[in-house]
Amino acid sequence: MAKKGQWVRIHTVVLKAEQRTAKIPDDTKKCDLEMWTKGELQEDAEIGDTVTVKTAVGRLEEGTLIEVGPYYTHSYGKFVPEIIEIDKQLREIMRGGDK
Amino acid sequence: MALAKDYDSVMGRSNDIMKKALGLDYNDYESGSIAFDYEALMKDTGYTLEEINKIQSKTDVGNTPLIELRNITELSRKYAKPGFGARIFAKDEACNASGSFKARRAACAVAHAKKLGYKGVIAATSGNYGAAVASQAAMQGLNCIIVQECYDSHGVGQPEIVEKARKCEAYGAEVIQLTVGPELFYTFLRVLEDTGYFNASLYSPFGIAGIETLGYEIAMQCREKVGKDPEMVVCTNAGGGMMTGTARGLLKAGAVDTQMVAASIDLTGLSMASDKQFNLKSCTTGHTGFGVPYATDPDHSDVPRSAARPLRYMDRYVTVKQGEVMYMTETLAQLEGIERGPAGNTALAAAFSLAQELPEDAVLVISETEYTGAGKHIQPQLSFARDNGIELKFGDPSAEDKPGENVVFPANPGLIKCHDADINHFRQSLIKKAVKKHGVTPTDADLKFLAEETKTDVDFVKKTLGL
Repeated sequence: MAKKGQWVRIHTVVLKAEQRTAKIPDDTKKCDLEMWTKGELQEDAEIGDTVTVKTAVGRLEEGTLIEVGPYYTHSYGKFVPEIIEIDKQLREIMRGGDK
Repeated sequence: MALAKDYDSVMGRSNDIMKKALGLDYNDYESGSIAFDYEALMKDTGYTLEEINKIQSKTDVGNTPLIELRNITELSRKYAKPGFGARIFAKDEACNASGSFKARRAACAVAHAKKLGYKGVIAATSGNYGAAVASQAAMQGLNCIIVQECYDSHGVGQPEIVEKARKCEAYGAEVIQLTVGPELFYTFLRVLEDTGYFNASLYSPFGIAGIETLGYEIAMQCREKVGKDPEMVVCTNAGGGMMTGTARGLLKAGAVDTQMVAASIDLTGLSMASDKQFNLKSCTTGHTGFGVPYATDPDHSDVPRSAARPLRYMDRYVTVKQGEVMYMTETLAQLEGIERGPAGNTALAAAFSLAQELPEDAVLVISETEYTGAGKHIQPQLSFARDNGIELKFGDPSAEDKPGENVVFPANPGLIKCHDADINHFRQSLIKKAVKKHGVTPTDADLKFLAEETKTDVDFVKKTLGL
């Protein structure tokens, strides 16, 4: 149960695939145009319910409740050994490596 | 009566919504034919260079350091003929509030919105401009909404764009995120209409005027540091604003002999509106997918007439490969001790190669750096690429690069080579598209306008049109 006043993320379909008429590639035409935003939940609800939120600018937007307390998980990524190779090469060229 | 909010109804009201959201009637500048009065549009922003400087100084924007990249210059000279290898300088635009040169555009757009009495600003951008508008809105006390194209149909976000969303929220903005497709414009218009906010478009005259200080500062700082104007300025090119504003600023400073070079990452073959290909690119801006269409048809943006018209100012247009930009981004960190980019380092990768064409006493300036953060760094971009099946390898980028299939790092820095795109082809393309779009026989004024649009002459325009 998500409580009224909690900060949540909502999802909506702006255009269903069959409503997309813009000049776009075929693979994109097969997909819905989806939208996400965040805001303060206006009534108690369960995940999956259609709800209204009040966004950071005070706008009301309706959508499906998908996340309570949304947070970012992007990072500096996984180890990429090629970066170490670039570093070694640059040191070698500029300073003659470990010599 | 409430207005209909469906796609066709909102798109049909596009002109009215835009007029209200810009506080500017573009019809005032139209000739009724192909030509429009570009200089009048720029002049009517009502801001002189001094006034812009004043606005920017109040909001932690501008007067960024011009730093000499001595070690990168030394590295570049190892691959140049004796006596060649220009001194490479970078305008460290990451020092602006919000971390990129986009703060210059945003400072003016937001100040203008405030002056006109708007309660908030909206911008459609997946790039640094979002953070810039959000930051300026926070400083100047306006609400802010950023509309982003961020996810593919599986809900997977490009790490760089996700980071930019985080930054916008950090400055108090609402971020509306969408999946791939140009119909983002519909959501943008709908929210503009509902809120009555100002359209802080990247392409408004206020935004472009804001970049002129960058070019002006480059000229002044070069004169102070090296006693002359730069021989060459290289601008990372996407929507064309950087090239336009920087060149105009240099000209206002009297730097009339500086060669202006645009640089974009070569993403030939990747469709920008493809859901599948959206996450197969390892850079989200500074690439040909934006650079070429905006150069050859500037008016397909979110304003009736774009103030960013890069072919008016460009002397050369070069391309580099993703792997070269990644390599140079790492080089900047390893040899110069500053983490910047990655996408903003497109000009740096090109400059590394272009410097080798110029004598040692020549001065080459890259017009920007940008902030680095989680997602917005070569490691997350490359590990994301690998997770998406992109091959990472060392080799000859010029020969082996295939956008969407691989990222080829140069096996040695001597293999970093920018390539000249056919700028005359782009010029011809602009001329033909402009004539086709308006469906009229060009008048003498149109021919002169098209010559100005392409930095050519009336004979070139006539020849292109078979007149």
